[in-house]
Amino acid sequence: MLEQQLLNALTLGSVYALFALGFTLVFGVLAVINLSHGAVFMVGSYAALAMVSHLNAPLWVAMLGAMVVSGTIGLLVDVLVLKPLRARNAPHLIPMIATIGVGIMLTSAAQGLFGAEVLRFPEDVMPAGEFMVGDVHVRALEIAIVAIAFLLMAVLFTILKRTQLGRALRAIAESPKAAYLLGINVEGLFHITSFVAAALGGIAGVLIGLNFNAITPFMGQPMLHKGIAVIILGGMGDIRGALIGGLFLGFAEVISKAYLSSQMGDAVAFGLLFLILLVRPSGLFGRKLERKA
Amino acid sequence: MEWFNDFWSTYSTLVFSVGVHALLALSIWLTLSCGLLSLANAAFMGVGAYVSALLTLHLEWSFGSVLLAGGIAPTLVALIIGAPVLRLSGVYLAMATLAFGEVVRITVLNLEITGGPEGLNGIPLATEGWHIALILAVTVYGLARLRRSKVGRAFEAIKEDEVAARLMGINVDRYKLLAFSLGAFIAGVAGALNAHFTFFISPREYGFENAVDILTMAVLGGTSSLIGPMLGSSILTLLPELLRSLQDFRSLVNGAVLVLVVLFLPKGLWESRRIRAFFKRLKGGQA
Amino acid sequence: MNAPQQPNLLSIRNVGKHFGGLHVLQDVSFEVPAGSIYGLIGPNGAGKTTVFNLITGLLTPSAGQIDFQGQSLIGLEPHRITHQGIARTFQNIRIFKEMDLLENVMVGMHDHLNYGGFGIFFNSPACRAAEKKARERALELLSWVGLDHKADMLADNLSYGDQRKLEFARALATEPKLLLLDEPVAGMNPSEKTILMEEINNIRNRGYGVFMIEHDMRFVMGLCDRIAVLNFGRIIAEGTPDEVRNNPDVIEAYLGKEDE
Repeated sequence: MLEQQLLNALTLGSVYALFALGFTLVFGVLAVINLSHGAVFMVGSYAALAMVSHLNAPLWVAMLGAMVVSGTIGLLVDVLVLKPLRARNAPHLIPMIATIGVGIMLTSAAQGLFGAEVLRFPEDVMPAGEFMVGDVHVRALEIAIVAIAFLLMAVLFTILKRTQLGRALRAIAESPKAAYLLGINVEGLFHITSFVAAALGGIAGVLIGLNFNAITPFMGQPMLHKGIAVIILGGMGDIRGALIGGLFLGFAEVISKAYLSSQMGDAVAFGLLFLILLVRPSGLFGRKLERKA
Repeated sequence: MEWFNDFWSTYSTLVFSVGVHALLALSIWLTLSCGLLSLANAAFMGVGAYVSALLTLHLEWSFGSVLLAGGIAPTLVALIIGAPVLRLSGVYLAMATLAFGEVVRITVLNLEITGGPEGLNGIPLATEGWHIALILAVTVYGLARLRRSKVGRAFEAIKEDEVAARLMGINVDRYKLLAFSLGAFIAGVAGALNAHFTFFISPREYGFENAVDILTMAVLGGTSSLIGPMLGSSILTLLPELLRSLQDFRSLVNGAVLVLVVLFLPKGLWESRRIRAFFKRLKGGQA
Repeated sequence: MNAPQQPNLLSIRNVGKHFGGLHVLQDVSFEVPAGSIYGLIGPNGAGKTTVFNLITGLLTPSAGQIDFQGQSLIGLEPHRITHQGIARTFQNIRIFKEMDLLENVMVGMHDHLNYGGFGIFFNSPACRAAEKKARERALELLSWVGLDHKADMLADNLSYGDQRKLEFARALATEPKLLLLDEPVAGMNPSEKTILMEEINNIRNRGYGVFMIEHDMRFVMGLCDRIAVLNFGRIIAEGTPDEVRNNPDVIEAYLGKEDE
């Protein structure tokens, strides 16, 4: 029934948006397509699971922990891999290829550490409670997911629009050299952005892990593809675009799965992505790929 | 001869794999030599594999025709999607080819005729060593000739500076399409060869991970010469075998190789200028 | 040139170009006769390189006509325009850094190498002969600019002045009828400039047309048969070097009004 599907779409879409936000942040500020974003998403999920299972931490602590763990990985990737490539002035595709390698390494490590089977969050940890709103079956979990996703996005938007930090980031997105000349600590902000973006990816991982109650080392790959689809749809480097694109993809996917077929649902993201790339590569809001130095 | 027969019965599949992977690495080398990062070659390989396997299984065509069809099918696809897709540059192109590859994989996964997720079984063994050797030799020869010709120079020019290339009278769009389609052809033939010695193919072999595999082989070996892709594919195919215990960590090694090569050996292992300079210094030292 | 009916080599009529609300060129008209050296000068930002970009097809005019040997160039793709016989060098040198000098020049011959896939694959005599001829021609062109002894050097290792010369040789390789030179002597020392001046004269005497953008006044005045002056996207003067030199509008454009 439509309202039910809309709820599913909202839940899914808000997490897609959150994930895509991290992705597009890195693209906007560092001008890098970080293809390890799917892997940090997956790492976040495992981190939360480990904290809940082995450290008996409450869920909200595990979520914060996941953000820290994923964020740290994002930071490490920036410092160890992206920074030397920046110093070398490597052409755009090179850092992207390197992040593919990082993603593969993280996935492989997760598989080695946790095995390839599907793991689940312990029953008692998941927010229980469900109720009916009219004919729609609502789980407390879904409310929590949507709330957390939107809260984080609101915080991010506020920082970007209204703080000095946000202005500095937007300046770098325009032109790192000019920002540097204005006295902005560009390298430092690159590091911070990498941390925050990966942290957002990590919490997205926890939320999806909770929503479908399934965690595998390979969950990052399809999510990465969806993230790519979202930012191409919404425009690379554009924050609004990530939000709207994410919700739109969630909606498109859920509706396709419900009314067409389950397999079509997967193809939807790619089909859309392909079409948009052919018709309007800059997406709904995006700007051109090359920016001034 | 005894030991050779034993060796062959154990390792023939491995040797065949090296050959097929070399072809695949060369196919992506070709697109890279024109400045195109295409992640679609695994999908093209898949198209070639499935088309050739289906022709053998259902229509019982001869092996030669099946190989040819396996090459032509993805080439047609490349020609169709090439025109719009190749207008995209750099990262957008990589994304589009990645998306295209996934669309192909999902389509194959869901079609009845391709056997769905279980793939196709019982493909007759038709590939022999000399097939692979011959096709590889012809491909290497052809690409070497291409490099030395006006086409090779055009590719290099496009890779360095598209605008300047246009102003040299080079029809950039057409040459990009040539590199893309020819790469698809080679990948398709490799897929057909592969299908006919592994008995069994499934959609899982032609996805993103495989595209990255192929890219890694080319990047590791180096893209400045034809030797690079062959070296890279040999190493990445043989290494997991030599280090049996690392079989499970094959992905990890792949990923690490990508990162390390990009960081420390940006032009790959076999960089012709560096090698030539090295030999020059060697000779100089002996003088 | 003795045939009055022969159209000028390059004919620019009422050409305008704007990007959104920004008018870069307005009502630009001039004619470049065959076998001449024509100059386009003007203060920075006047729109000179835009004129070149319009001629070579990298941009499309918002208004006006551009004809080359009587044929319209509007809407043609850049490689077709090169095919018609127009070659160009760039203000910020765009040589192929990863190729050696010989290969750089040979790229310019792309259009004139008539062999196809079969010839390439089977290394046919026709293909071999064409490549040999191309190599010889490339060496010849490099010798015109004094770079033939460096033919095997990587273009990236050349000095700035040598890179300009290489670009010049490469443009000649396309066998153009009209050579567009965008600031050909920027960054060169006086002796290099003199050599290039001589070479451009030789080019003209060999029958090529030359159309250049330059800031070096002595170079332009000494070499060009006619000069057009561009300021804020409009032609403010056109004529022989003497006429242009003494034109009050030109003097004002370069030196500014008296009270500044």
